[in-house]
Amino acid sequence: MRRTLGLTCLFLSTAIFLYAADGAWLHRISHADHDRTSPFGNDPAQLQNAAAAGAQLFQNNCAKCHGSDAMGKYSRPPIISERIAHASDGDLFWLLTNGNPWKGMPPWMMLPAKQRWQLVAYIRSLNLNTPDSSSTSQEKPQ
Amino acid sequence: MPLCLQRSFIARNLWLALLQVLLMGASRLLAQEPPYFVTYSDVLEEPGNLEIATQNIYSTPKDANPFYGQTVELEYGVTGWWTTEFYLQGQTTTHDSTIFTGFRIENRFRPLRSTHWVNPVLYVEYEDINQADKSFLEITGNHVIADQQIANALLRQDVERSIEAKLILSSYFQGINFSENFIAEKNVSNEPWEFGYALGASRSLANGASPRVCRFCRQNFSAGGEVFGGLGTRYTFGFAGTSIYAGPTIAYSTLRNLTITAGPEFGVNDNSARVLWRLKASYEFNQVRDLFRRSR
Ligand code: HEC
Repeated sequence: MRRTLGLTCLFLSTAIFLYAADGAWLHRISHADHDRTSPFGNDPAQLQNAAAAGAQLFQNNCAKCHGSDAMGKYSRPPIISERIAHASDGDLFWLLTNGNPWKGMPPWMMLPAKQRWQLVAYIRSLNLNTPDSSSTSQEKPQ
Repeated sequence: MPLCLQRSFIARNLWLALLQVLLMGASRLLAQEPPYFVTYSDVLEEPGNLEIATQNIYSTPKDANPFYGQTVELEYGVTGWWTTEFYLQGQTTTHDSTIFTGFRIENRFRPLRSTHWVNPVLYVEYEDINQADKSFLEITGNHVIADQQIANALLRQDVERSIEAKLILSSYFQGINFSENFIAEKNVSNEPWEFGYALGASRSLANGASPRVCRFCRQNFSAGGEVFGGLGTRYTFGFAGTSIYAGPTIAYSTLRNLTITAGPEFGVNDNSARVLWRLKASYEFNQVRDLFRRSR
C-alpha cells in the first residue's frame, strides 16, 4: 500500500515538475504578435534605460525561478540561450503577457505593458553576445 | 476580560503578527497580486511559492460589541494553473470572548493556457466554520450585522459545513485589473443555496519601473477598490436583506517578500457595519519546493 502510494506520488510529481523547456510556446504566437516591436524603438539611450529598469524587475520577479544570473535553475530554463536570442521582441512580450502556465511559467499581466517591455529590453541586452543574435526580429520558427 | 485588557490584547496580536512576518527571510520579490481583501483575480500563486498571510479586521458595529477578526492563510502554487489554500480563523469580541471559528480549504484552477479579454478561474472550497466567524472573507446569503449582537457562546454552537464555488473573471484594460467573482455556497446539510458577489479594480501606481534599486518607488505600490456583498438565497435572491461593503485599498510591496495591504471598507446599507478596518500582511517563501530537490 505504502509502495503504491509512494510510486503514485513519484509519478505525479514527475509528471508535474520534470519536463524540459522545448520552446513549443513559440509556435503558439500569431504573426501579428511576433512582429510587434518595442515602444523604445532602436534608440540606444532609451533601450539602455529600459534594460536597466528591466534588470530591477527581473531581480524582483524572475530571478527566484530563472536565477539571478538568468542561467536557469532546476527545470526552469536559462534566459540567455540561442532560442531566446532568436526570438523576436514580440515573441518575448507575448510570453510575458500570456505566460506558459501549463508548463510552470506564470503570466505577468499584473505588470503594466511598459514594465513588460522593459523586461524584454533587459532579456534582449542579456542575449547580445549569444551566437546568431544579430537581429531583434527574426523569422518566426515554423 | 476587562475592556482595556482586551484592547491591548488585540493591539499586541496585531503587532506580533506584523513583526513575525517582518522578521522572516530577506530575498527580493514584489508580489504581483492585486490589492484585494475579498475579490479574487486571475493571478494565482507562482508555482512552487508558499505564501503565509495574516488578515486582520477590526470593526465597531452599531448596537454590537467591537470585534477583531484574524485569519491566517497558507497559499501554495502547486502548478502554474492550480493554487491551493488553507485558512484558520478566529476572533475576539470585546465584553465577550476570543474563539477559534473554523477553517477553509480552497483550490483555484486556471483552465485556459493563454491570456484573453476575460480570464476565468474556477474556485472550489470546503469550509467548516461556526456562525461566530467575523472574518468577512466573503458575504453570502442574507448576512446582516445585527446578527453580531448574539453572544459568541451561542453563535459558535452553530457550525456550518459547506461547499462553495466561485467563478472568477479577470480582465486588464490600460494596466487596470478588473475582477468579478460570483459565489454560490451550499451547506452540506439541508439549507438552500446562498449567493454572493465581489468586484474589484486596481492598478500599479507606475507604468514603467525605475532603473534604480528603490524601496519606495511607485512601482512598489498598487491601489484600487472593491465592492462585495450577499445576494440572498435561492428563495430570497437579490440585494435586499443582506449587507454590502465598498472601499479603497492600497498595497505596498517591500523588497523583502512582504506585502502589506490596508484599507477601510464602508457599509453601504443598514444591514452592514459602518466600517471594517482591514490590514493584511503576506510573506512569500520563494520556490520552497527547491528545498526538496537534490541537485541543480
Ligand atoms: C515560478 C517560476 C517562474 C517565474 C517566477 C518566472 N518564470 Fe519564466 N519560465 C518558467 C518555466 C518553468 C519556464 C519553461 C516553460 C516551458 O517549458 O516552455 C519559463 C520560461 C521562460 C522563458 C522562455 C525560455 C525558453 O527557453 O523557452 C522566458 C523568456 C521567461 N521564462 C522569462 C521570465 C521572466 C522575464 C520572468 C519574470 C517576469 C519569469 N520568466 C518568471 C518559470 C518561471
